[in-house]
Amino acid sequence: MFDGIIQNIFNALQWGSFYSLIALGYCLVYGVLLLINFAHGDVFMVGAYLAFFLATCLLGAGSLPHWLILALIVPLTMILTSLVGVAIERVAYRPLRRKGANKLYVVITALMCGLILEHANLAIFGASRRSFPTLVDQATINLAGLSVTNLKMAVIVVAFLVFILLELVISKTKIGMAMRAISYDRFAIPLMGIPPENIIVFTFALGSGLAGLAGLLFAMSYPVLDPYMGAMIGWKAFIAAVVGGIGEIRGALVGGFLLGFVEIMAVAFFPSTFRDLIAFTILLLILWKKPTGLFGVSRYQKI
Amino acid sequence: MKRTLISILAFLLILPCAAWAADVIKIGLNIELTGDIPEVGEFSKNVAKLFESKVNAAGGWEVGGKKYKIQFIIEDNESKAESAVTVATKLITSDKVLVMVGPQASKQAIAAGEVANNLKTPMISPWSTNPATTLNRPYVFRGCFLDDFQCKVIAKFATEEYKAKKAAVLYDIASDAPKGQAEFFKKAFEDLHGPGSVVAFETFTTKDVDFSAQLTKIVKSGADILFTPQYYNEVPLIIRQAKQLGWTKPIVGSDAWAGGDLMGMCGNDCNGYFFTCHSVSKGAKGITKEFVDSYNAAYHKSPDSVAALTWDSLNIVLAAIQKTGGLTGDLKKDRQAVTDQIGKLKDFPGITGAFTYMPGGNPSKCVPITRIDAKEGFVFYKTVCP
Repeated sequence: MFDGIIQNIFNALQWGSFYSLIALGYCLVYGVLLLINFAHGDVFMVGAYLAFFLATCLLGAGSLPHWLILALIVPLTMILTSLVGVAIERVAYRPLRRKGANKLYVVITALMCGLILEHANLAIFGASRRSFPTLVDQATINLAGLSVTNLKMAVIVVAFLVFILLELVISKTKIGMAMRAISYDRFAIPLMGIPPENIIVFTFALGSGLAGLAGLLFAMSYPVLDPYMGAMIGWKAFIAAVVGGIGEIRGALVGGFLLGFVEIMAVAFFPSTFRDLIAFTILLLILWKKPTGLFGVSRYQKI
Repeated sequence: MKRTLISILAFLLILPCAAWAADVIKIGLNIELTGDIPEVGEFSKNVAKLFESKVNAAGGWEVGGKKYKIQFIIEDNESKAESAVTVATKLITSDKVLVMVGPQASKQAIAAGEVANNLKTPMISPWSTNPATTLNRPYVFRGCFLDDFQCKVIAKFATEEYKAKKAAVLYDIASDAPKGQAEFFKKAFEDLHGPGSVVAFETFTTKDVDFSAQLTKIVKSGADILFTPQYYNEVPLIIRQAKQLGWTKPIVGSDAWAGGDLMGMCGNDCNGYFFTCHSVSKGAKGITKEFVDSYNAAYHKSPDSVAALTWDSLNIVLAAIQKTGGLTGDLKKDRQAVTDQIGKLKDFPGITGAFTYMPGGNPSKCVPITRIDAKEGFVFYKTVCP
């Protein structure tokens, strides 16, 4: 029973990477706007579909080598997905914010945006599953009973790289400083000569770009796409972000990996039906001990 | 102007009524057009349309010396058991169908079968292989063979073909058909090789995409084969992840593999694997070939086993209606007469085999084993008869 444990650690790292990447997006938007962007899981789904269409187009376009296609798809998917995120902000959240609507209404709007994305996809492309084409030939590395693929390693490395980059952007750059400042006091920001709308758009672009990247990697790892693929994983990543301490990007990373580990280990030692029961009981206990999450600090303004 | 509009509207309203005024046999289709297995619903719908146009082009269906038009009322059960119940109730009580065909998957068929049986309406599920669908329900029939029989054949096949002594199973515990098949396979395999020969019996839940923890256990268990009675949206993921985790042994499947677009989703990854199937398009002859050709001509796509079983089920229903010797127009009496006639069918020549209904609403048929070939698609391998 225990000889699979190292293998399961790698399985959990890969699965947790997806939670972390999505949780980071929730976290960024919450950190700046104190808004829970419930459409984020579906933006992730849109990212996976965009990657799918780009991949099929480029594969059909001619005899481009696969590494070049991948090199093109990564930035293109991220840019297009961030456009989707920014568009949602423009169309749905900004008008409400301008009218000074209560945050509750904005959150409900976010939920609706998510449902609209899901069902627009269902209506336009139908309910059939899509099969993501193989871009990278799978290379399995076998080491003493341990099997790790190149893709699995890449997913884990990307999750950590993204976290380090975000940490740098937020702590070392001017725009990062502005993001932290908005979070701290939204009304003082314009007085300092910083255009808050630009910062908000940048935050949405960054968060949705990450969702696009996560969608692409997810589609490569689990190459069956359906319109509801983002819903459940989005919810769970949100919970992971809350457990980590929403608004703290360290929290999102740790929360995502924690949920991934608990889920995989629960299945490894118990029947799979216990997975969510065990996972969420543990998360509940953490929140019970620390209601603001592992890294969170208490703020009076939360919903 | 207003008057013209009203008269046009009135005309439009009367028009369909006038078309229906002729004698019509109403057949309800309770199928999975959206949800988890939309392709299954799509195939069923295509077959119904094809059938309808074929019969109506020939002037209708003769019952007791009178020609009837066929009308299908197609409703979506969203691949949910609750919706299947609602749809069944609607079709039977408000649309007043004579017979209901579908739902296809066991999860929906078990639930809808209860309604049909309570309302004393004949129902035939072309594709549901769980025994509970027809158990103690005299009004419910099926178009396919049963899971326990199918799984015995798979266990036997795995033993003969691969000399397997230990088996692993991975299935969706939240879905009736895979769960039933997994349990029947376990029993059949252990009957052959003794208790404990199924060394890993792993589960997951619907909509899961990551099976790495379960497959890690299976790879370490030392099993000779992996049996996974899942659908086309899960099989490619299971196979891919199993290979990534170092599984090099055979994987076998059940009839669930045949539904939908497994070839398109799985491609090369599934090459060389076997599963049991209700019918195979490749190498078809006689009436089976006729059906395959007409389906191909109409939809530019090969029919799958769901399509074939739906075609057979519709034929069985109409043959039974014909054998009643004439419809009285009293829905209750007619439904009873059709039910009696389906139960009496013997060696009915279907495209998926000769149907003889046994008591309990199950047909006795042979099980063809299909091989997946990356280039050729689903290829017939051999048949095992009861």
